[in-house]
Amino acid sequence: MIIFENVAKRYPGGQEALAGMNLRVEKGEMVFLTGHSGAGKSTLLKLIALIERPTRGQVFVNRQNTNGVSRGRIPGFRRQLGMVFQDHKLLSDRTVFDNVSLPLIIDGLGRKEVGRKVRAALDQVGLLSKEKKMPLALSSGEQQRVGIARAVVSKPVVLIADEPTGNLDPELSSEIMNLFMRFNEVGVTVVVASHDLSLIGTLGKRIIKLAAGRIDDAGNGVAR
Amino acid sequence: MSISPRVWASRHAQTLVGSLGRLYQQPFSTFMTIAVIGIALAMPAGLHLFVVNGTNLGGRWDSAVDIAVYLKSGTSLTDTETLAGTWRERDDVDDVEVITADQALRDFKAGSGFADAFEGLSANPLPNTIVVRPAVDRLSADQVAQLERALAAAPQVELVQADTQWVQRFFAIVEIVERLVTLATLALGLAVLVIIGNTIRLDIYSRREEIEIAKLIGATDAFIRRPFLYSGAWYGLGGALIALLMISALLVLVQGPVTRLAGLYGSSFEVAGLGAGIALTMLLAGGGLGWLGSWIAAARHIRRLEPS
Repeated sequence: MIIFENVAKRYPGGQEALAGMNLRVEKGEMVFLTGHSGAGKSTLLKLIALIERPTRGQVFVNRQNTNGVSRGRIPGFRRQLGMVFQDHKLLSDRTVFDNVSLPLIIDGLGRKEVGRKVRAALDQVGLLSKEKKMPLALSSGEQQRVGIARAVVSKPVVLIADEPTGNLDPELSSEIMNLFMRFNEVGVTVVVASHDLSLIGTLGKRIIKLAAGRIDDAGNGVAR
Repeated sequence: MSISPRVWASRHAQTLVGSLGRLYQQPFSTFMTIAVIGIALAMPAGLHLFVVNGTNLGGRWDSAVDIAVYLKSGTSLTDTETLAGTWRERDDVDDVEVITADQALRDFKAGSGFADAFEGLSANPLPNTIVVRPAVDRLSADQVAQLERALAAAPQVELVQADTQWVQRFFAIVEIVERLVTLATLALGLAVLVIIGNTIRLDIYSRREEIEIAKLIGATDAFIRRPFLYSGAWYGLGGALIALLMISALLVLVQGPVTRLAGLYGSSFEVAGLGAGIALTMLLAGGGLGWLGSWIAAARHIRRLEPS
């Protein structure tokens, strides 16, 4: 589902975020990316979402070579992904319902279908009763669940999350991770960047450790 | 992803109303913007009215451009009519009127107060006359002079008398003013574009976070642009409405004194108002310029805002 072939990313200014990365994530797999900040986790996710482009090498997502996706086709490309961010990235002046419905509205769905799908997504994250609330009226964990509902509402094939539990206490963190596990169980390919080793170690999924833009830890995190 | 026309239409309608609501939420700054646009639109429309009324006033002086052609005494009435007929066919002539010698004498006796002086005369000393009205609005001063020469060239003509120069000058001035109005209209239209473009640019940057999020979840530039285009069109329409109000107020203020002045000159001149045509043009121009200005700004700046 996601393939990195000898991918390097050098930012303007010379900082090398990824150096010759090879990685393969199978369809329906769930992997964790870990490593110190600056190890390249976020860059890797940004390359998947075409927020950044590789300096060298090729990234394939859902059999598409991202190098071949022109600027004008990026929106369409991104709609097959669901993205979750550490800071939620919710629109604070819109209700929970409106936030979650945004991907569907962009997709051009009719009002009835939007309502049905948004409620289904909110139900999955346990926030059905809060659809009329504003995001700032919710707790941080709830806000993150709104972010997840928005990421999954249009049934993406790939779900990527950058430090989704970065601001949460351990109990809420494990709740969030369980949500990701549940989506993975129904076939969604999930890539989560997290440095919460004690939590992700207990989940029984592949953990890829990055260091200085390369895959570290030959034993556990080998690229397959 | 293809969208059904109904969804497309309802979404446009939503954005249309939504963008209006957003402007309503900031009444003061919205009002300031549309007031400036209103002034910029009112000026060319006001100048246009000024010119229209000026030419209307000028139109009443048409008779002053008439060329009086006195024929040689002894020219028969038939010849006179024939000559008038050929002149009437000319492209540079609007109208031709024959004044016979008898008629001229009657008019002169009635109008001049010298009726007694003519009693002693055995024959009518006045010639047949043809009054030619040149097509002033189509002709240059040179062409009018040419027409005068052509009329004088006819063998029956004794004398050609015209005083068209000052009217010619008047129309030349009107033409210059019309050009200036056109230029001012273009310049002020450009100003409206810039004002709206800048307002929309600020609007875009104040919502940059929202735009970046929308891009992250796959919104196209066109989708993000849409509400800004509607805002721009609303600004333009609002500005046009303000301009209409300003001009209507101006007309009300001016109407009274002008009518009084015209009355003093014994004229029934009335100030021409805006009319539905100009009003509609202004609304369309306002809305169109708003849309265009915001399109230019949105195309540039939304493209630049990329999530990082």
